Parts: sequence; C-alpha cells; structure tokens
Amino acid sequence: MNYVTQRLITFPLILLGVSVLVFVAIRLVPGDAITAMLGTEAGLLTPQQRLSLASYFGIDQPWPIQYWHWLTGLFRGDLGISVTYGKPVLDIILERFPLTLELAILSMIIALLVGIPAGIYAATHSEKPSDLIVRIVAMLGQSTPNFVVGLLIIYFLSVGFGVLPTLGSAASLWQDPLANLSQLIFPAITLGFAFAASVTRISRSAMLDVLRDDYVRTARAKGVPTRRTIWRHAFPNALIPVVTLCGVEFGYLLGGAVIVEQIFALPGLGRMVLDAISQRDYALVQGSVLFVALNFLIVNLLVDLAYVAIDPRIRLGGQ
Amino acid sequence: MTFWQSQKKLLASAALVAMAGALALSAPVQAATLRMAWAQDATGLDPHKQTAFPSLRLLELVYEPLVRLDPNLTIVPAIADSWEFAADGLTLTFKLNPNAKFHNGEAVTSADVKASFERILDEATGAVTRANFLSISSIDTPNAGTVVFHLSQPDVPLLTAMTDINAAIVPASEIAAGSIGTKAIGSGPFKLDSWEPNSKEVLSANADWAGGKVGVEGINISVLPDETAILAAMRTGQIDFALLNDPLVATLVPREQNLQLNRQAGLSYNVLQLNPSRSPMTELGVRQAISCAIDRQEVLDTALVGEGKVTGPLTIPAYATDPKELFCYTPDLAKAKQLMADAGHADGFTATVIAATGEPPVATAEAQVIQSQLAEIGIKLNIETMELNVYVDRWLKGDFDMAVALNGGRADPYTMYNRYWTKDGNLQKVSNYTDDTLDSLLKEGRVETDIAKRKEIFAQFEKHLAEVSPWVWLSAPYTYTAQQKSVQGFQSSPTGTLFGLTKVTVAQ
Repeated sequence: MNYVTQRLITFPLILLGVSVLVFVAIRLVPGDAITAMLGTEAGLLTPQQRLSLASYFGIDQPWPIQYWHWLTGLFRGDLGISVTYGKPVLDIILERFPLTLELAILSMIIALLVGIPAGIYAATHSEKPSDLIVRIVAMLGQSTPNFVVGLLIIYFLSVGFGVLPTLGSAASLWQDPLANLSQLIFPAITLGFAFAASVTRISRSAMLDVLRDDYVRTARAKGVPTRRTIWRHAFPNALIPVVTLCGVEFGYLLGGAVIVEQIFALPGLGRMVLDAISQRDYALVQGSVLFVALNFLIVNLLVDLAYVAIDPRIRLGGQ
Repeated sequence: MTFWQSQKKLLASAALVAMAGALALSAPVQAATLRMAWAQDATGLDPHKQTAFPSLRLLELVYEPLVRLDPNLTIVPAIADSWEFAADGLTLTFKLNPNAKFHNGEAVTSADVKASFERILDEATGAVTRANFLSISSIDTPNAGTVVFHLSQPDVPLLTAMTDINAAIVPASEIAAGSIGTKAIGSGPFKLDSWEPNSKEVLSANADWAGGKVGVEGINISVLPDETAILAAMRTGQIDFALLNDPLVATLVPREQNLQLNRQAGLSYNVLQLNPSRSPMTELGVRQAISCAIDRQEVLDTALVGEGKVTGPLTIPAYATDPKELFCYTPDLAKAKQLMADAGHADGFTATVIAATGEPPVATAEAQVIQSQLAEIGIKLNIETMELNVYVDRWLKGDFDMAVALNGGRADPYTMYNRYWTKDGNLQKVSNYTDDTLDSLLKEGRVETDIAKRKEIFAQFEKHLAEVSPWVWLSAPYTYTAQQKSVQGFQSSPTGTLFGLTKVTVAQ
C-alpha cells in the first residue's frame, strides 16, 4: 500500500482519539456554560431554573449520550451549534481560519527569509565575530516571549509614530489587500521573530554538519566555487531539519497564535478557542480542537512528502 | 544579481510594504459614530438572563426597564412615566409613556410589561433576577397604558429592582416567537444592527426613541482583549471611548494630552470573604482578629495603586456609614493579637485564600498584601489563584477558607445583601453565616417605607455586620471610562451603566 494511503487511513483513528480526549477534558474542568454566563449570580438559580438552563445549553444529558450525539453529528458533517455565537461551529471555524492561515504563512515567510540566510551566513563564517552576533541575536529572539515583542511593537508604533494597525477586526485579503497586510504584518513580525530565531539556529547547525561532510570537501578540492558548493551541494541537505522545524511550527500556528491574536485583537482561530474555553462553549471547543488536529495531521503528511522532494534518497513507508 | 543582493531587495520591499501599510492605517473618521472599545464582550442578548458586566452595559443601550436610576441613584422614568405604591404597599401601579415604541415599530403596551415579568417569573426561563420579584403575586393590565402589580407582601426594594436591565420590557410578540436572545428588539436609544461575539457590535441611534434625540449616529464597539492595546488605540485616535478595568492601565490615561479618564466610585466592593463554617474562622475572635490585623488603606494603596476608597459593607452613598465608625477600620495589631490569644490561637494557623486570575485584575495583588499583613498575627496564608470559572465553581460551593472577591453591588441594601445574610438567602452556602440580628434587620428594611427609618435600620445592619466579621470589606474600586477630549457630554454612574452615551456628541 502506498505511504499516503496508509497515513490517510490512520487519520480517522487519531481524530477519534482526539475527539474523546477533548470531549472529556473540557468537561473535567470545573464550571460549565451556566457559571460562565452568570458568574457568581448562578448561585441564585433555583434547581428548576438550573435544569432548564442546562437543557438550553445541551449539558443536561449524561456524558456518553452527549458524546454519542456529537459523534453521530460529526459523521453528517455537523459539528454542533455554538451557544455563544448561535451559529454552526463549522461556519465559525471557516470564518476564522483564513486569517489564521494567512498569519501562519506570513510569519513563516518572514522566518524563512530572515532565518535561512542568517543561519547559513553564520555557518559559513563559523567562530568569527559575525557568527557570534548572529547567534546572540538568535538566542535573544528565541528567548523573548512574543507578548513582549507584540506589546513593544504596539507601544513603539503608537507612541513613536502615532499609528497603529486597525485593531479588533481584520480587512479581507481579497477585498482590501493593503489594509489586510497592514494589519497582519506586525503580528506576523511578532510571531516570525522567534520563529526566525529557531530557523537561524537550526539551519546554522545543519549547515555546519553538512560542510564537514566528505562530499563537500571533495567538491571544494575539485575547485567548485564556494558559493556553488554551499548553495548547490550543501544547502539542500541542510534543509531537512529546517523543513521538520517548519512543519511542527506551522502546525502549531494553524492552531492559532493565541497570545498574538489576543494582543492585536485579531479574530483568528486561537483567540476563538480561548474565548470558547473561558465561556465553556463545549461544542465550539470540541469542533475547533478537532479541526486543528486535522490541520496538524495534514501538515505533517506534507512535511513527509517534502522530505522526498528534497532528498530523493529518502523512501517513505519503510520500503 | 547575487543571492545577497536579492535578499536585500526582498527585505527592502518587505519593509516598504510594512511602511505603506502603516501609512494606510488610520481610516477616515466618520463624525458622528462613536468608536468604542472594551476588553471583554457581552456574553448574550437575553436581557432577562445575562448578568455579565459587558452584557448589561450593552443591553442597557438597546432595552429599557420600566424605570431607571439616574447618576444620583434616584429613580426616574424610563418606559413608565409615573408610578405609585398603594398605601398598604400591596399594589404598585405604573402609567406607561404613550410614545414608547419597540425597534420593530410596535408600541410598548401593558401586555408587553405583563408578558416580560411573567417570563422572568417562569422558572423555565432561567432568569436569575426572578429572586428579586417573588413578591409579585399577579399583574393586571386595566388598559394598554397601565400596569398594576399585586404583591403578596410590602416590598420596598422592588421598585429599585425594576430599574435593573434584567427587568427589561421585551415585546410580547418576540416572547411568543421564542426569539428573545437571538434578536435584540428593545425600546432603547440604540438598535443593535449586528453582533459578532468576542469581536464587535454595531449600534445605530433609534430615531423613534421616546427618551429624545441621541447625540451620535451610532456606536461601533470593538472587543480588544488587551487593555494596553486599547490605550494604544486611543493614543492614535482609533478609538473615541473605552471601558477600562485595570487601574494600572487607567492611571496612564491622564498622561496623554488628548485623552481624559473618568473615574467613578461604583457599588461593587473588594472583599476578603472568610468562611465561618471552617475552623478556626468559626470563632468570632479569630474573624475579628483578621479584621483588626488588616490595614485596608494599605491594601488599597498597594494593590489598587490607591484607586478606590475604603468601604464598609454598604457602598450606596445614601446608606453608607463613614467607615471610620465601623469595627476595627483603624488597624490595631495589639488588639488582633489579643483576640487571637483569647481564641486559643496565639501561635496562629495556616489557611488558603482563593483568587481568580485577572478578575479583578488586582485580585492577586490584594491577596499578597493581605498575606503579609496576616503574617503579623501568625496566620500563614497560602494563595491559590485559578481561572475565573474554576473560581466561581469553588465559590458557589463555599469550598474555600478565604476568598478574595470583587462582588457586585445593588442600589438597594436589601437586594444587595439579602442573598447572603438572611436565613433563607440563596447564597447562604457561600456566606455560611447569619444571625438573628442580621436576618431581622434585613427583613425590617424590606418593608419599611419611611426613608429615614430605613437608613437607620441599614446603618445598624452595617455596623453589626462589620463587627461579626464574616467577611472583611476592603474597598470600593473605581470603575473607569476613558475618552478622547473631543467626546463631550458623557456622565458616568455608580451602577456602571453607559446610558450616559445617549447624551454624548463627538466634535470633529
């Protein structure tokens, strides 16, 4: 059986596991939709009132029955209705997802454009002052939390320049690309900052390894120009760990960059899940976690396929 | 072109895009629409069910109760033009404003009022506010403009409870259609054109509002979860008006030339709730010792950066006693130590205090100051912070030794405290304390119609409550709104309502 088919067959099983996990986990956390809506005022409810609200929120049935309803709904493509939004969960996810996807892609572009050249530059100038500087900056980038970077960007923009991207809602990429980009560029820089630092470190060490390999030495001995040695011979092989890193990071980013979306008030997936958790909107939490898990699986599959494209020696499926 | 050159070019064009973006940032200003921001959004649209602060603030702009409270907490007309209690206090009659109309064009009639209150009283609705209206035995509608409430017992706080947006009048037709909570059709100054939960609300002025002309064309509310970002957005002129919770952010507002901070002493109160059902807080001496050991002014100055005022149990200006006259409001460590020794706890004890993360923003800081103050009398306090919902769950079960809380206030002392301190109070499980004095004073206060006598009753109640110290009341924090100086005419209110936005104009 072909590798991709094999992997695709495992998807439903993994998703089933995720569905059980998220279903139980969100219900194990104390508090429910009623206390989330009413806060301490929930103490004023009579038992009868509590029961009727529980039935309104769909949490009056025993867990297995609730799960069965949800699961059978999933097979019909129905992820349930969000009690906060009063809309089907899938509609809300699909509304929010493009922004999250765009933010993930944008920050990955920034990370790769900055990280790979910086890493390779550092590797080829190993142990020289310029390498040290790159390594220090990368270390700083990796260890600075992104809320600090985000808040600093907002602070400098608003105090220093008196401008700020429109907060609170996002312009559509297709209808108003410039406004959209102006809103997303700073969050993307915030996210890309730490991401770029990781890419720099990984590509530097991968490149250093490769440069020590025999075939590179042979190429050099044959008189291949340095630039050609690096980019034609060493670079593709140094790329593999970078692809792995990107796959993992990108998978995370597709789950929504919670903190950055929160600071820049972007209506993305991460902020939506956070709100859904604090509002105990069970259907929305379950649906979106499942969606994120699916994204993760797909990205991982694509990463595996990318290995083959980069290095023809790699064969998938253990054959 | 070499690789490096192409990289430089790419970077340069990325920077250009960023700058071009930055220049295109400030959208043109539409004169008469108020751009507002808050960090937490409304959680729903059913005025009878919602209790979260932002929900109430939103719904107060869309719906109207029969009567409302002005900024001095005086009851003034809303849908009702006039009202009258019968001499025996057993009937309450309202005359409705004949011009009052719902957003769907229908007139507001006595049938709508009756249907609204019947909906609140119906347990199947799940309206928390029902507890305040249990004295209503029947409702008559002699004509379209008159409503008569028949009461099972005199109930003075009833009228104040009716000012709450949880007692909003909704169209009987919408109740029948089952669409309350999905559509927002009120009779208030603004119509809700759209709502994207946790993102934004668009409101437009209601030209037919019986209350008069609204000063702005509409209000666009953005949900910006980070208050620092709200301040930044105000700094750049992107937002005209905002609600702020965090005193640390609010106190930065006056530093900005174009911005103005409105501080308002509210009805809510920060409190250290002791659990008198747990040893050793079961003992009066221990509770009093805690009260005497706590320096309330220091908690206020340190945790709330001085933003608020020290308060006793009652925060309503007309009823509040000067805190200095209350038990141990001047900290007295010697007395505290003596009380601990008399109770047999000279060496102190260990207890845990629960606090919600970020709700209020100062909760953890308060717990830390209290921790160091109680260490002085040998009490070792462990602080347990948790997510708000988890906290609420523990709080409702009374599952704590002590709790730092920000509890909401009401404009009437009976409505505010009957839930905790009467013998049949709904939150006895939380307060775990009552005595005959508290119970009978509250019940007397409920039926007393003479204002001077009522004040005397609640003064006694407050003095006794502070003395038996089931809780240690700390401070009444300020609530904040921030605005551009070009926004004029906003008046805040102790209830926190944003109804004052109806009078606001935005200068160009």
